Amino acid sequence: MNQSGNNTASANEIDASCRVPLLALFGGAALWLVLGLALGFAAAMSFHAPDLFAACSCLTYGHAQAAANDLLLYGFTLPAALGVVLWIFARLSQAPLALPIVPIVAANLWHLGVLIGTVAILMGDSTGHAWLEYPRESAVLLFAAFLLIAVSAVATMGFRSNRDLYPSHWFLFAALLWFAWTYSTANLFLLSAHPPRGVVQAIIGWWFANNILFVGLALLGIGIAFYFLPKFSGRPLPGTDYVLLAFLTLVFFGAWCGVPQGAPVPAWLPAVSAFAAMLSLLPVLAVTIVVWNIGRGAGVKCFGGPLCFIKFGILSFVATGFLYLISSCPSASRVLDFTWFGFGLSQWQLLGFMGMILFGAIYEILPRIMHRDLPFPRLTQASYFCFGIGVLVYVLPLMIGGVVQGIKLGDPSVPFADVGALVLLFIRASSLGQIGLLLGALCLLLNVLVLTAQWKLGLLKIVIAAVKAPLSASAGAPGSTSAGSPLSTSGEVKS
Amino acid sequence: MKTGFSVFLAAFVALGASWFGLVYAPLQQLGRAQQTVILHSTDVWPPQRTGDVTLGLQVYRASGCVACHTMQVRQTGMANEITLTDLKDHPATDFKEFLKSLMIAPPLDACSNGILANLDHWDGKVPVTLYSGDDGSVVAALADKLKPAGVKTVTGVLTSGPDLARGWGLRQSVAADYLYDQPVQLGNLRAGPDLSLIGIRAPDLNWHLQHLYAPRSLVKGSTMPAFRFLFELRKQVDGKSSPDALVLPPEFAPAAGLEVVPTAEARHLAAYLVSLQASAPLYEAPFTPVTAAK
Repeated sequence: MNQSGNNTASANEIDASCRVPLLALFGGAALWLVLGLALGFAAAMSFHAPDLFAACSCLTYGHAQAAANDLLLYGFTLPAALGVVLWIFARLSQAPLALPIVPIVAANLWHLGVLIGTVAILMGDSTGHAWLEYPRESAVLLFAAFLLIAVSAVATMGFRSNRDLYPSHWFLFAALLWFAWTYSTANLFLLSAHPPRGVVQAIIGWWFANNILFVGLALLGIGIAFYFLPKFSGRPLPGTDYVLLAFLTLVFFGAWCGVPQGAPVPAWLPAVSAFAAMLSLLPVLAVTIVVWNIGRGAGVKCFGGPLCFIKFGILSFVATGFLYLISSCPSASRVLDFTWFGFGLSQWQLLGFMGMILFGAIYEILPRIMHRDLPFPRLTQASYFCFGIGVLVYVLPLMIGGVVQGIKLGDPSVPFADVGALVLLFIRASSLGQIGLLLGALCLLLNVLVLTAQWKLGLLKIVIAAVKAPLSASAGAPGSTSAGSPLSTSGEVKS
Repeated sequence: MKTGFSVFLAAFVALGASWFGLVYAPLQQLGRAQQTVILHSTDVWPPQRTGDVTLGLQVYRASGCVACHTMQVRQTGMANEITLTDLKDHPATDFKEFLKSLMIAPPLDACSNGILANLDHWDGKVPVTLYSGDDGSVVAALADKLKPAGVKTVTGVLTSGPDLARGWGLRQSVAADYLYDQPVQLGNLRAGPDLSLIGIRAPDLNWHLQHLYAPRSLVKGSTMPAFRFLFELRKQVDGKSSPDALVLPPEFAPAAGLEVVPTAEARHLAAYLVSLQASAPLYEAPFTPVTAAK
């Protein structure tokens, strides 16, 4: 970053160009995260008091859980990750964000889409396809918003001053292609007026879910982590060989996973997926080696700082990656399919891996783009411990309960009611973790909201000063007289 | 990976290949599926759905039932079996000798040891299983050869697995079962039981209505949330319940003078649940219905 030339912008300029788009993306994301976790908590309440929402169709388990899942994925993870991608691309290009107005519009479209989708699910208008519950109008909004953000991101990448690509470029650029392709394919097929016949719908759903939750999140998360980890620990990425191996094997093999073993489809499909899952151990291993080499002996202390978040996230990736792939092999899936194991695993991927990495990135980026410190820096640590412990307390009981459930379901002499009663203990224990998650998310939301409010207050002061200026000072100053309030805010926004 | 184009190309080829394999190829293979003929029958599968069942599927979707229920049964084993049910007047020792003489020609020669071992300690009691295994041709050959001898045998395809032992299905689920589903909701969590065969396990519409209104009035310790929003609580007319009103046990019944009446949605959902009867043997999922074997 020490190149100097006419084309390269200063870090301050770059950060300032990202300010409004990123605030719009992060602010909404933090809000959706809190809402999603709250809805997930409400859904889990069904296992404490099954008649709690008997008269309230909005919050019945099937509605609340689906809305919560989609809020975590579409409300929090994707917009927050896109914001981080914009910033990383601008920083790597040493150029200000291209077309900064586009992602601002897109962020609002995106959040509107999430709002419409969430309300639709709660009102019983879900499509019924896992991870694609949002109805057509909401999916169109999300896709349009995504394309706009991707245009800005790719343009920023194109304006880079150093033509060489950094490994983060590969992962994040591929992630953009991944979402565009899989989301459009899945929605065009499943939500069209003439969807494919029969079980093909389920196959497309599995393909999409795998390519978003496993490959897509891995591309985003690893791309972000490989940008921040070397920065924080002060060591370069240890050779690009392993990184390149991880990237290529992830995209080539990971994309074929996802069809469950024993699914009611032609047998070649689960067979191909199981083989791909075995090969997909390669990228997880390669990432493990890279992270091990960066972290070993770096000796950088982090007490709840951004580095801690990223470390927690990447370790979660390694753990969830291995568990995901092992659980797709036939002998394991016979026990683990249809249990809480898979549910716990996807929550770990979303919250423990992507969530933690995004928390770290947001806490790192926010003070830079705002040119001011976080209003509550102590809450960073609080959210690290609340969220980190919360994730583990949330997902581990679910996954252990899932294994127990799978073993008991495999033994027909155990009545189903007994299996349910046993698993209920694990589900109830996991609700404790949800409280931790909620507290951690509230810490983030508080920081983002107060920071935004402070910044808007600052803008307001400037505007008021500008409006008052011609009255108190001499009327001869030509520039200040035209400073009406709406114009000057937008001028301030763009700077 | 020096240029943006090479990254794009790698990602494009990788995702394109998986799109081709996991989206396009299944579409070609299954996208034009038609009804199939049920094994040993001229009936077709799956049967056409009636209107209220089709509407019921939409209530199932809208209520998010798929969050807790699967609709796919897995089968871990299948065996072709032949059972001797009647010896007529032949003594058991003669039958054994006769059976031994049949074991010379293929395909029986390959498994003669197993078949004869089954009868080592046999005292002539019927029914006795002569062969149970993967090979359908053994069963066919045995049945063929034993028929002229005047003894009676029963052949069948037996399916097995934990799901089937729980009574959740008679055979594994196959692609053909979901031909008319829109959307297809296989489910991936069994917080509640599998529903592939619920229409046979619980064929009573009123049972389903009461179960939806108050699950714990019928299934003790059930974790299913109550779906009371699918029912209407209203005043009785002239102090009498209408014919549609649910007959509830006292601890679940509404206050005096009120009655619980299912809405159209509840009725459709119950009709849909009763229609879930994946009970037809198919070419790709054969089994012999137990009632026919007895």
